[in-house]
Amino acid sequence: MSTFLAFLYAAVLSGVPLLYGTLGEIITEKAGHLNLGVEGMMYMGAAFAFMGGYISGSPVVALLFAIGAGVLGALIYAFLTITLKANQNVSGLALTTFGTGVANFLGTSLQKSSVSVVVVPASVVNVFKPLDMGFLSDLPVVGQLIFSHSLFTYLAVALAIGMHLYLNKTHCGLNLRAIGENPGAADAAGVNVTLYKYVHLLVGGAICGLGGAYISLVTCAGNWQQDCVSGQGWIAVALVIFVSWKPAKALWGAFFFGALRILKLYVPASVISLPSAFYLMLPFAVTCVVLVLSSIRMRRENQAPAACGVNYFREER
Amino acid sequence: MAQYAIELHGLTKRFGAVVANDGIDLNVRKGEILALLGENGSGKTTLMNMLSGIYQPDAGEIYLAGKKVNIRSPQEAISLGIGMVHQHFKLVDVFTARQNIMLGAGAHLRIQPEQLCEQFGFHLDLNKKIYDMSVSEKQTVEIIKVLSRGADLLILDEPTAVLTPQEITTLFEILRKMRSEGHAVIIITHKLDEVLAVSDRVTVLHKGKSVATVNTAETDEYALTSLMVGHAVDLNIQRAEASVGSELLDVHALNVFRADGSQALKDVSFTLSAGEILGVAGVAGSGQKELCESIAGLHPIAGGSILMENKRIDGLTPREIINRGVSMSFIPEDRLGMGLAGGLSLYDNLLLKTYRDQKGVFLRRRQAKDEAVQMVKELEISTPSISTQVRKLSGGNVQKVLLGRELNANPRVLITAYPVRGLDINSSMTIYHLLNEQKKKGVGVLFIGEDLDVLLSLCDRILVLCNGRVSAIVNSKYATKELLGLKMTGAWEHDDEEDDYA
Repeated sequence: MSTFLAFLYAAVLSGVPLLYGTLGEIITEKAGHLNLGVEGMMYMGAAFAFMGGYISGSPVVALLFAIGAGVLGALIYAFLTITLKANQNVSGLALTTFGTGVANFLGTSLQKSSVSVVVVPASVVNVFKPLDMGFLSDLPVVGQLIFSHSLFTYLAVALAIGMHLYLNKTHCGLNLRAIGENPGAADAAGVNVTLYKYVHLLVGGAICGLGGAYISLVTCAGNWQQDCVSGQGWIAVALVIFVSWKPAKALWGAFFFGALRILKLYVPASVISLPSAFYLMLPFAVTCVVLVLSSIRMRRENQAPAACGVNYFREER
Repeated sequence: MAQYAIELHGLTKRFGAVVANDGIDLNVRKGEILALLGENGSGKTTLMNMLSGIYQPDAGEIYLAGKKVNIRSPQEAISLGIGMVHQHFKLVDVFTARQNIMLGAGAHLRIQPEQLCEQFGFHLDLNKKIYDMSVSEKQTVEIIKVLSRGADLLILDEPTAVLTPQEITTLFEILRKMRSEGHAVIIITHKLDEVLAVSDRVTVLHKGKSVATVNTAETDEYALTSLMVGHAVDLNIQRAEASVGSELLDVHALNVFRADGSQALKDVSFTLSAGEILGVAGVAGSGQKELCESIAGLHPIAGGSILMENKRIDGLTPREIINRGVSMSFIPEDRLGMGLAGGLSLYDNLLLKTYRDQKGVFLRRRQAKDEAVQMVKELEISTPSISTQVRKLSGGNVQKVLLGRELNANPRVLITAYPVRGLDINSSMTIYHLLNEQKKKGVGVLFIGEDLDVLLSLCDRILVLCNGRVSAIVNSKYATKELLGLKMTGAWEHDDEEDDYA
């Protein structure tokens, strides 16, 4: 039982960065832009959170650095695709390549800049350690499962719920969804399409940046590891499809994929002995299956925003 | 001087080297319906897009109730009380009617949609999703959308293009009601009978210039046509007399399903003979596309049979069907969507159909180039050269290329869907003439059409599709528009059922 609990707990831990990436990409795609740069923005967030935390010793600055890096990445992409109408796939892929390179370069350079070990001070890292909520955390089962997580986890859950309400219950959310479905209709109805796109793409970038911060501050406990994001951004892009562009469903989707990523550690070799490569492959294999299955889903409401991936140009003839 | 709701002075818009609007003057009074008449490409839509803030004029002035205004965005147009109902509806498919009406307005709707429904007598379920709606319902949503923002100048771009005669009557009643409530209405159209039926004045555009404004009561179809086209045109479509020959195509109890599982065609049966034009009428999406594609072998059929000269052709590949003499040209709404490759030149598009007849690895373009030159001459295609990319041609010329290529194959059966979609009068007449020529040569023509007047005067018989069923096959000499309209909507059938229960 306790092993199973530990497994669920670990699944949440490994699912949180996926959840950030997925939420960032959902709001981007709802604005009609397929940003394949999630991986790059997460990398930038990771490296800048590491750098900000190391330099300032303040958790707030570390987070602001991560958000700023994500926004910067998204701004490059937004300027290319919204203002210059560049191809979205190419721009997103370029952002991933760029972000990965920048992050690994900065992280490694920083490590080599000093003879002593470069690590984010414990005062920063400890803030994001699992919280102790007194008697709540001591409750059986739920205490461990629900009431003893990092601030990051609670923030991600709050973001998912908040985004769900924003998209479905507010006027702004309605306008945003309309832009993703049919920007011409939104424009004719008097919605400022360009402004909406910029704002939501940058917010998406900020959320992805936070996901990166989680990786360097929590997963890597304040140390810089080369290639630390390692494909989590890509899983997030696929997760968006898996959860059919719904932030509320992203909660379950992200934790499910989180579980897949750590399954290897919790299946005793005495029960089933599979090569570790199998477990490494699992999230990606499931992603493939999901992509196939989701392409045969019928309901219109569960499909991608109709104008996602297509740049909007008002005067196009 | 009378107070105009809106006045345009010398409005000009260029797209690169093309002058779409050249110094246009136009005005509308309150409580008046103005028809804006012009051929395709005469600049009607461009002009209205400037009024609704989608395009920016390069020169000229707009006065609203006597005051000069600049309309820089759709937002500003809305706040000035200008409401536009676009030809291609600007609606979000997965939203409900109410969500579409609320879109962009936030909490600030001037008039509630329920109130408008009551005031103008719209019958609309505000909670219905757009993708479940008929074309006419979608149009109603658009009208409510602009009225709910307090528009007092209403612009409708080709509002009748896709409506049945009955729906057009209803629409005109609503427009008259708006007029009597003091709204100014501009209706863009190229259908003369509608201009005469509903408008107070007509402004005619020709090649981007406003050539005349006349009172509707003082004009007629012929005067308007010569203004619109620039010279007098014979408006009568001749039904060529040809001897009907042997039966070519026999479609029997055809059942077809769409990819989403819905049934597109239910027990469709008909025959097509040599030297005959069989028209197909129906509301958009009644199964016309699936019918064409099934016959051409592009769509799997679930039941029934298709015979060409007493031999089954269902189940054959499209290539084999073409070899049996069945040729299809389908003009989808975006025109290039099926049949032509936009990035290729005119002659390479001809090659797409004939390259298989050549031997060896390398293409020989000589013959295709000769054919292209001849086709350009015969069909009066206006193109800089035969090596021009097809997508750079105007819509009418693209359609001529598509139809011309099918005719080059000398088909026995010609299936043509919406061949005059979006064409001006002159080009349409050329196409009708081509179809008549084919008919005289003994070709069986299946003509999927939109305009009921055209179907009635061009075709020998008309098959009416209603929700994938054949609701009637009538001899067009004895049919009327109203009858076709009723058969298209299934209203006829409905009445019968109610009688049964009574």
